[in-house]
Amino acid sequence: MNLPEKAQLMDATGLRRAITRIAHEIVEKNHGVDGLVLVGIRRRGVPLAQRLQAKIQAIEGVMLPLGALDITLYRDDLTTLDVQPVIRKTEVPFALAGKKVVLVDDVLYTGRTVRAAMDALMDMGRPKAIQLAVLIDRGHRELPIRADFVGKNVPTARKENVSVRLMELDGDDSVSIQDLTV
Amino acid sequence: MKWQRKDLLGIRGINREEIISILDTAVPMKDVLTREIKKVPTLRGKSVVCLFYEPSTRTRTSFELAAKYMSADTVNISTSSSSVTKGESLIDTGKTIEAMGVDIVVLRHWASGAAHLLSRHVKARVINAGDGAHEHPTQALLDLFTIRERKGRLSGLTVTILGDILYSRVARSNIWGLTAMGAKVRVCGPATLLPPEIAALGVQVFTRVEEALEGADVVNVLRLQLERQQKGLFPSIREYSRLFGLNQERLRLCRSDVLVLHPGPMNRGVEIAGDVANADVAAIEEQVTNGVAVRMAVLYLMMGGSGSGAVH
Repeated sequence: MNLPEKAQLMDATGLRRAITRIAHEIVEKNHGVDGLVLVGIRRRGVPLAQRLQAKIQAIEGVMLPLGALDITLYRDDLTTLDVQPVIRKTEVPFALAGKKVVLVDDVLYTGRTVRAAMDALMDMGRPKAIQLAVLIDRGHRELPIRADFVGKNVPTARKENVSVRLMELDGDDSVSIQDLTV
Repeated sequence: MKWQRKDLLGIRGINREEIISILDTAVPMKDVLTREIKKVPTLRGKSVVCLFYEPSTRTRTSFELAAKYMSADTVNISTSSSSVTKGESLIDTGKTIEAMGVDIVVLRHWASGAAHLLSRHVKARVINAGDGAHEHPTQALLDLFTIRERKGRLSGLTVTILGDILYSRVARSNIWGLTAMGAKVRVCGPATLLPPEIAALGVQVFTRVEEALEGADVVNVLRLQLERQQKGLFPSIREYSRLFGLNQERLRLCRSDVLVLHPGPMNRGVEIAGDVANADVAAIEEQVTNGVAVRMAVLYLMMGGSGSGAVH
C-alpha cells in the first residue's frame, strides 16, 4: 500500500513509557491488583495487554490473568460489509464473575469496538467492573464511552488514520498519523 | 479467501480456500458452544427457515440451534404439517416463505437438484441440507472439520467411505470435499450399491472391505438405508453386516490411530458394531457438536457480503 507521508506520534521509547505509566495508573486506581484481570481486544490490544501484564508484574510482583477477545461476532456493521471479516479465537481462560476487567485496545475512536467488547464480556460472565485502557484516544466518539487509562490523547480529523505498529505483529514499535485524502 | 457465494448448494465446485475459510470460522464458533451463555448477537434480526421435505432430527435441530445461538429467528416447516400436503410446488412454497421476509432457506428435499432449483427462483440465500442422492454439503464440512481437528490435517490422509454409496449424498459431498483438500479417498460397498461411474470422481473403488480398510487413517461408515432394502440390492441385513459391517477385527486392518465417523442415525450391529461406535477411535458424538459449529460458520459467512456467484 502506498500511504501518504505521515507524522510520528510516538517512537519505541515513547510507547514504552506510555505503557509504564498506564501500568502504574492501573495499580494506583485499583489500590493494588486484587481481583484484577487484563483482556486485550484482538488484534493489537493483545500484545499491549501482554506488555501491561509484564510491567505490572515488575511493579507489584503479581502476574495478572490475561485474556484475548475477538469482537467480530458482536460487531454492529456486519451486514454493511462486503465480505465477512475473519473471526479469530476468543481466549479468556478464567471466570470473569466478580473480577475487575481492564480492557486493552490500541486506538479509541468511535467507541463501537469497545461497546462490542463489553457485550462480549458480559456474555461470558458478570464482571464486577470493566475499565478501559487505550494507547491512543483520537476522539470522534459515537457512543457514550470514555477510557480510564490513556497513553496519549491525539486530536484528529476523521479523514486521518492513526496507525499503531507493534513489534509482535508489525516488526517495530511506533504510532503515526496520516492523511488518507492526500 | 473470502466467501462470496449467494448459496451453499453443494461441495462440488467449491474450492480449497473456501472450504478452509468455513473450517477456520467454525473453530471460534465451537468455543461459543462451550460457554455458559451460548448466544452471540451476530445474526440478530435475520430469519432462517428450515424447510424439510424429508424426516430429519439431527440436521434440522443442528441448523435451528446454530441459527438460534447466533440470535437469528428460526421457523421449521416440515412438509407433513404444511401446505405441501395440499399440493403446493417447491417454488411456490419458497416464494411464499420469501414474501414473509426470510433471509436464508435451509432446504432438505428427496429430489436431487431441489436446492439448485429453489435458489434460481428466490432471492433468499439457500443452503442445501440434503437433496436426494446428490449432496449434503454441511455434513461433509462437519466431517472435514472433525477429521482436521483430530488429525491436524486433511491432505495426504487415506479416507475410506464404507457402505451404501449409490444412494448417499453424504458420500458424494465427502468425496468432493476430501479430494479438494488433498485426501486420498476409497469407497467400498456391495457392488449393487456402488454406482459404476463413481471412479470418475477420483476415488479408488473396492468391493472387499478388508482391502478398503488396509492402512486407512479415517473410516466414514455410512448408514445402511434400510428403506431401500425392499429393492433387493443386497440379500439381507445380516449378510450385509457380515460382509461390510465395521467390527473390531476389521478395525485392526486400519492404522492404529484410525478415526471412525458415522453421519448418523446409526444402525448398531448392522453397518457398525456397537463396541466400535462406543470406542475412543469413534468421534460420532463429536461430529454432532461440530455440526452445529460448522453450520454457525456457514450462516455467518453467508449473511455478509453482496451475494454473488452461486454454484449451479
